[in-house]
Amino acid sequence: MSTTETTESRARGKAPAGERVADWADGRLGIYGLAKANMRKIFPDHWSFMLGEVCLYSFIIIILTGVYLTLFFHPSMNEVEYHGSYVPLQGQLMSEAFSSTLHISFDVRGGLLIRQIHHWAALIFLAGMFVHMMRVFFTGAFRKPREINWVFGFLLFVLGMFTGFTGYSLPDDLLSGTGVRFMEGAVLSVPIVGTYLAFFLFGGEFPGGDFVARFYSVHILLLPGIMLGLVVGHLILVVYHKHTQYAGPGKTNKNVVGMPLLPVYMAKAGGFFFLVFGVIAVISAIATINPIWALGPYRPDQVSTGAQPDWYMGFSEGLIRVMPGWEINFWGHTLVLGVFIPLMIFPLVLVAIAVYPFIESWVTGDKREHHILDRPRNAPTRTAFGVAWITWYMVLLIGGGNDLWATHFHLSINAITWFVRIAFFVGPVVAFIVTKRICLGLQRRDKDKVLHGRESGIIKRLPHGEFIEVHEPLSQDALHTLTAHEQYKPVEIGPTVDENGVERKVKGTEKLRAKLSKAYYGEESQIPKPTVEEYKEITSGHGHH
Amino acid sequence: MSSQDIPEENLPAAQDAHGAVGVADDKDPFADPGLPPHEHRIQDIDERAAKRSERTVALLFTVSMLATIGFIASYVAIDADQSVYIWPLGHISALNFALGMTLGVSLFCIGAGAVHWARTLMSDVEVAEERHPVASAPEVKAKVLADFKEGAKESALGRRKLIRNTMFGALALFPLSGVVLLRDLGPLPGTKLRHTLWSKGKLLVNMNTNEPLRPSDVVVGSLTFAKPEGLEEHDHDFQKEIAKAALMIVRIQPDNIKDKRELEWSHEGIVAYSKICTHVGCPISLYEQQTHHALCPCHQSTFDLSDGARVIFGPAGHALPQLRIGVNDEGYLEALGDFEEPVGPAFWERG
Repeated sequence: MSTTETTESRARGKAPAGERVADWADGRLGIYGLAKANMRKIFPDHWSFMLGEVCLYSFIIIILTGVYLTLFFHPSMNEVEYHGSYVPLQGQLMSEAFSSTLHISFDVRGGLLIRQIHHWAALIFLAGMFVHMMRVFFTGAFRKPREINWVFGFLLFVLGMFTGFTGYSLPDDLLSGTGVRFMEGAVLSVPIVGTYLAFFLFGGEFPGGDFVARFYSVHILLLPGIMLGLVVGHLILVVYHKHTQYAGPGKTNKNVVGMPLLPVYMAKAGGFFFLVFGVIAVISAIATINPIWALGPYRPDQVSTGAQPDWYMGFSEGLIRVMPGWEINFWGHTLVLGVFIPLMIFPLVLVAIAVYPFIESWVTGDKREHHILDRPRNAPTRTAFGVAWITWYMVLLIGGGNDLWATHFHLSINAITWFVRIAFFVGPVVAFIVTKRICLGLQRRDKDKVLHGRESGIIKRLPHGEFIEVHEPLSQDALHTLTAHEQYKPVEIGPTVDENGVERKVKGTEKLRAKLSKAYYGEESQIPKPTVEEYKEITSGHGHH
Repeated sequence: MSSQDIPEENLPAAQDAHGAVGVADDKDPFADPGLPPHEHRIQDIDERAAKRSERTVALLFTVSMLATIGFIASYVAIDADQSVYIWPLGHISALNFALGMTLGVSLFCIGAGAVHWARTLMSDVEVAEERHPVASAPEVKAKVLADFKEGAKESALGRRKLIRNTMFGALALFPLSGVVLLRDLGPLPGTKLRHTLWSKGKLLVNMNTNEPLRPSDVVVGSLTFAKPEGLEEHDHDFQKEIAKAALMIVRIQPDNIKDKRELEWSHEGIVAYSKICTHVGCPISLYEQQTHHALCPCHQSTFDLSDGARVIFGPAGHALPQLRIGVNDEGYLEALGDFEEPVGPAFWERG
């Protein structure tokens, strides 16, 4: 065949080296096929799409710095006397884990920097995932076909929390040890098996000599291994589904508008990795994080005030702090509700947001693919639910830092605790109502703009003395963008009696779905978007301004 | 150089976007007008601007190289224990600051250079790519279902129920081995959580001075932490034992003690309570001498030490266990037994 002939003749020393390497790889991996599909893949551009990138890059940074830290860290709880270069702690008894962390911080050149990059990147990773998740939530990017990827992302967030917890517990310092003790108390509260779980977890009584080594293998191998798999899956699905985009001229549910991976996104995304890394390095140069030398080694009989977990664990801390101390004793057994209820609400808070996409798709009954993102205002009930959830989360964060709120703002800690107890129930409801109203207001404003145009700021005086502001009609681009969203109609149960007067049985779930659908898409929950007729009637009218 | 210096012939043709906005589609003014025309950047039409961008990118990459050299130089030149005054951060580690800043600058400049390059010099023409439905075509589905049926039939799994059932049994059972292997993660609890090192006759040793306490050492209003005699920091089990045995000693005027048993178990108003919070086990460390309230700094459980250490605020579920104390022949404070109830957080078997 002629093609083989040409390739062969070119391979005889004429093809450039890069091509020959690619040929070699193609013969074994079929890379040309992959590259054909992906090299010029189109990605849409929007600032909010970089939030996920922040997470990905901080995850890579955490892995790189984490590997470095394992070269020096000793995951052992053997007690040693400290003789390193940090003078204030010399002669103190501490675990090898703590003393090797001091070694990394004071004796390994650059060790402190890598430690701080590792910890800062972890905080940013979790914060990035939180904000990224909110972006996906509020724009409805979780809808079909992306529900599975939403769940992947959710799992990454939860696993990230526990990887963070096991990580900051490793140095065995006074602060993190207190957090581990809290965890032991929480495990003990589990009915029937709690005591056994605690003994198996700690290899006996707290603190024992095992938990650092056990947390270590969980922190560096088990959890990051699972997370790496999920990250890869997450990315493959992003590429496979193609990225979502906002409505706009030329953008439809059937296309994706943007710029190609090679070269634009290769440079932008690749460059962004360095930007994120650079910023985290500078933060680590100027802002100390987790100064374990100031906290001291862990002792179960010592504690410092203002003890706080890392921010992403703060809401669980809030749950445990504001819960009344209920304890029930019966037949020689203790039900520690004061700890066990918070322990059960902790996953519920997270699951509440995780299952939302499935609830919404059940209510809408919509089986189509969605690639155009919603503006939050155009999905008022979803947006209100999201804000209610954030309010719930933030109220618990306030509860988790009730002592710091008290000391920094000179408030009564009892008052804050009671505020959180009440706001836990009331806050989300208020947030829901307020958000929905705001969304509807914004929808009305959009409708106004479409029908009456944009306020131009030009004031005109008419011959008879009246002052008016000139409104400029919108361009077709803007008109299209503001009216591109689709509005669902509430699901009807339909007549419950057929033409012969025989009653049809209506299932409870069907009724619930109709009710929810009405709450989502009824008259009170969305402003009908302007129609072409309305637009024409108004624009063709005389004397309109 | 300002935009006025651009040669006239390079300027884009004046667009008619200014002034009145026309709606292209009379029938449906909301219809999708399609992708807007590409607007040229200054670099697309003016080679001098493009050259400027090129130099900016090159400068950023060069700064990055210099910063990396700075990183290596700092690593070699600066001592690990050297501190430096940086406004407004104060005295900080010179090495950490130098390494972090140089690393940060070298990375940031690579990123900034790449992004600037992409934004100003690479094509910014927006392209539309078609999407295809994720779900497979009906023919594919039909083929897969047929293949599966064929495969299932050939396996005879549906027909040979005995194989199927025993296989499920085997697969369901074998993970049990893995569960059993976890048994030795720790010993069984037994009654370990019910006992501490305290026993009759054990002296109360001051945590700070490591000396046995006499009643005269404990003055009204003070807070003293104690451990049982014989427990030393170097002991193998120190952490585990102190996690249960840590003691908090205060002296209250006997008239001010409201709880009858508390008074009985005290010595001349000296009362000894477990220091471990009954909520989730933090050591209680804050004492308010006027009100006799002890506060756990972790979750703010507050206990009234003059009233049987009952909980007056916060999430703790029950009072702190009290240790019965007295004075021995030599005048030292001693325990009159172990705690009568388990110390620390509650658990199922506590009762």
